[in-house]
Amino acid sequence: MTNANAADPVIEARGIDLTFPTADGPVHALKGVDLTINRGDFVSFIGPSGCGKTTLLRTIAALETPTGGALSVNGMTPDAARRARAYGYVFQAPGLYPWRTIAKNISLPLEIMGFSKPDRAERIARVLDLVDLKGFGGKYPWQLSGGMQQRASIARALSFDADILLMDEPFGALDEIVRDRLNEALLELWARTGKTIAFVTHSIPEAVYLSTRIVVMSPRPGRITDIIDSPLPRHRPLEIRDSPEFLAIAHRVREGLRAGHAYE
Amino acid sequence: MTRVLPVLTVLAAIVVVWYLAAVGLNMNWARQQLERDGVTATMPALIGNTMAQERPVLPAPHQVAAGLWEGIAGQKITSKRSLVWHAWVTLSATLAGFAIGTLAGGLLAVGIVHNRAMDQSVMPWAVASQTVPILAIAPMVIVVLASAGVTGLLPKAIISAWLSFFPVLVGMVKGLRSPDAMQLDQMRSWNASAAQVFWRLRLPSAMPYLFASLKVAIAASLVGTIVGELPAGATAGLGARLLSGSYYGQTVQIWSALFTAAALAALLVLIVGWIERITLRRMGLDR
Repeated sequence: MTNANAADPVIEARGIDLTFPTADGPVHALKGVDLTINRGDFVSFIGPSGCGKTTLLRTIAALETPTGGALSVNGMTPDAARRARAYGYVFQAPGLYPWRTIAKNISLPLEIMGFSKPDRAERIARVLDLVDLKGFGGKYPWQLSGGMQQRASIARALSFDADILLMDEPFGALDEIVRDRLNEALLELWARTGKTIAFVTHSIPEAVYLSTRIVVMSPRPGRITDIIDSPLPRHRPLEIRDSPEFLAIAHRVREGLRAGHAYE
Repeated sequence: MTRVLPVLTVLAAIVVVWYLAAVGLNMNWARQQLERDGVTATMPALIGNTMAQERPVLPAPHQVAAGLWEGIAGQKITSKRSLVWHAWVTLSATLAGFAIGTLAGGLLAVGIVHNRAMDQSVMPWAVASQTVPILAIAPMVIVVLASAGVTGLLPKAIISAWLSFFPVLVGMVKGLRSPDAMQLDQMRSWNASAAQVFWRLRLPSAMPYLFASLKVAIAASLVGTIVGELPAGATAGLGARLLSGSYYGQTVQIWSALFTAAALAALLVLIVGWIERITLRRMGLDR
């Protein structure tokens, strides 16, 4: 397990700009974004839609290219990091292939990356266990609930042992109760694996409950308005959400979001 | 029963209209014939005659049925008068043309999806190829190939492929492009090669589109083959049967060949649909 307190930057962004040209003129999706994410951090990006939180995550994943600034992932350019398979990306939808069983879906990136068959089988069994889906490998996606499907997609992102997990509103489409359980499971998984996690959400309780750092963003142009280091302990039972510390952070996040909106 | 009843009702209506049309269209000839025979043209006699002419303008349904029965069951299937034999000649060229067309359409679609130059250049030509009347193309293909010493099944199969590649091309381009941005980003995040994206994502995603296209393509293949049998005085196949029927005014023969062709088309589309259901169900896409 890595020591989270030692400053070991995994993702470093300096003055990131990203401008999309559109018919109505350029749109500033990101402007002057400075951010450092250390190894073992759980960083949440929160903000209203259009604030660039997903775009920022996508630039880290080299799915978008910044138009300005410097960005490094594991000391490489984001694209080199992508080629080196430095991260697992969990999208808003599970994106499981209906013609593949859960095990075969998890096997997909492993096949692409050229893992041997016995290695694949071992990894599939391990990550299925990790997301509590043991025994569901032979099922097809439609036989699973939405929450289970999203867990399978997390298992798939974990299967090739990338150190970084990028998650784009992975629980956004799920109901509150399922979401609570998955948040708890995600924290447990994070504690067990020591991954660095970047997590996009629009839920304040989710961001506060999960994160060691919360990045508050605001739109037009997309930028960071506040970065909050959470004083909460790493081990967090669900009840922590009723503690004064939790409510104080949630309050600060809410204030930050409101301030960002007042800017317009 | 609730599903069969509407079908039977429509069928019965068609038969009634057909009989009425046969009476109307064959009446002139019936009147002339009765006059020649010196028989008084009573209504029953006239109507009876319209139902039983040797070369009616429009044969009555029972005459076509008899012609079909005679052509299918009344001959040895190796006989040149057997509709089964003619249908087989047409079917073999249709299947060959369908295979060539599907392969060509599929390959062109793969090229269009993966190559920018092909994306911008192939489609207009493909569309243009379909706007040229096939009746104009068919004789040229037959003549050109015959002068090169190629006769028999292949020229017909090429005309058949000419018609069948197009729906496959259009459907496969759409199908291969059906994976959404998220699925493609996912592949990109795994650093997948274009070949891996093709085999693991694009091709399976295209299956529903492919089958929809194949149903159109197999019917088009049959039409293409029959058209290919018309010129150059082909002596075998349903197209030849249609042609010789029209040379000699054998309308019953024409209609029998037409119905055989229709039944063949229906059967082929049914088989493709059946394979489609099994495949898509196995792939979990049939929902």
